[in-house]
Amino acid sequence: MTMIENSGPVTPPPIIGRAAPANAGNVALAEKVSVRGLNFYYGDNRALKNVNVPLYAGLVTAFIGPSGCGKSTLLRVLNRIYDLYPHQRAEGQVLLDNQDVLSTGQDLNLLRARVGMVFQKPTPFPMSIYENIAFGIRLYERLPKSDIDGRVESALRRAALWDEVKDKLSANGLSLSGGQQQRLCIARTVAVKPEVILLDEPCSALDPIATAKIEELIDELKSDYTIAIVTHNMQQAARVSDYTAFMFLGELVEFGPTTKIFTTPSERRTQDYITGRFG
Amino acid sequence: MVTEHTAKAFDADLQDLARLVAEMGGMAEKQIGDAVDALNTHDITLAARTIALDDKIDLLQREIEEKAILTIARRQPMAVDLREIVGALRVANDLERIGDLAKNIAKRVSALDDDVQLAKVLRGVEHMSELVLSQIKDVLDSYARRDVDKALAVWRGDEEIDAVNNSLFRELLTYMMEDPRNISLCIHLLFCAKNIERMGDHATNIAETVYYIVEGRPLADERPKGDNTASATVAFPA
Repeated sequence: MTMIENSGPVTPPPIIGRAAPANAGNVALAEKVSVRGLNFYYGDNRALKNVNVPLYAGLVTAFIGPSGCGKSTLLRVLNRIYDLYPHQRAEGQVLLDNQDVLSTGQDLNLLRARVGMVFQKPTPFPMSIYENIAFGIRLYERLPKSDIDGRVESALRRAALWDEVKDKLSANGLSLSGGQQQRLCIARTVAVKPEVILLDEPCSALDPIATAKIEELIDELKSDYTIAIVTHNMQQAARVSDYTAFMFLGELVEFGPTTKIFTTPSERRTQDYITGRFG
Repeated sequence: MVTEHTAKAFDADLQDLARLVAEMGGMAEKQIGDAVDALNTHDITLAARTIALDDKIDLLQREIEEKAILTIARRQPMAVDLREIVGALRVANDLERIGDLAKNIAKRVSALDDDVQLAKVLRGVEHMSELVLSQIKDVLDSYARRDVDKALAVWRGDEEIDAVNNSLFRELLTYMMEDPRNISLCIHLLFCAKNIERMGDHATNIAETVYYIVEGRPLADERPKGDNTASATVAFPA
């Protein structure tokens, strides 16, 4: 296993932080990820059509839209998870800190360490809670046991799970409740110190309390990470995100500050969708 | 809105709200008309009926409030739907205040003597109430049709009411100076005029709400203001 130099703690973005969203739009926002002219194909089926969208550093961007609109596909392009499947290809540019991640020279393991992902269904590994997190760290860094212990604890604390599991770190990750499992997955993602976190419907299988905890967590995490979240729950998008993108039939229909999208969207299709007038 | 919600019951909820507001508006209009009629004809029975009508308006406001809160809780409205509901709440508030002001006019009827002089002074109050009634009718119309232009016309029209109020104020001051026996009557009429002027302000509020519902942003311009009775004086005749 090659040791990959990780960038260490991400330097906090200069202008934006937890206080920024109020005046979002007035300040110059740094684009952590820039999607430019992106097309995506499942075989012959074009699932994304010339999508252009930024992910601003230190902010949460929500992707909403009806099923099949391409929002999960877009997320899957950002860390090239689609590469695992045959007959799927992307055209265009996805710039992460101005480097095109779609280029052939991109180291995929490094990319996925920098751009972490959490899926709809909690997917803990069938191993202990401790190992669920330590596994990923060891994959990228060679650290003494005591350092790994520290990283496991801080990741679990970051994911607001530490107090609930600190006395049973050797218990199987699958023995946790759904909400805890999802937070374990977030802890696992955070542990490798990514720069961008992709959340694909992270709460759709969770009860309202677990959902609230995840949302609180997103709020907590966004000071250090750039976050993209796909959600079917409009209220959730309105609550947790700073920017919202509405997609429909593979196109990006509207992108703007969340407050505007959910109060006075400019596009008729956006308004129809968020007010429940679609189809 | 041309398109309907996927959940039809949501449309029904919103329509119900708008219907209740319209009903409340109709009642408020009737209350103003009756209050001024009772004043003009010194009709104590009509005044009593007008006072009683206020309870019904208050009840309707409460019903609108409950329905709005329930709809928000049940449907989590967004964008135009949310504005529609907030708008209904605001309009209902203004109509409730208009009802209170009309009730206050009706209450004064019994305090006024059936004075011969009354007719002359009352004409001004009546004229003002006609202006306000037409403003309220127009603004309720603009609410029902989501007609921004009409709402803006009402919004701008408030200055005329203020102007009439100013001249009425001076006129009543003059009568009081001419003969102290007029004072009791004139003070009551001053309050009536003030009440009517306030109703005009509520019509302006409603116009602003209609604008907000349709456009999604508050009316940015400075509100037209013409009420300068606060600094009005009339010199004592030499």
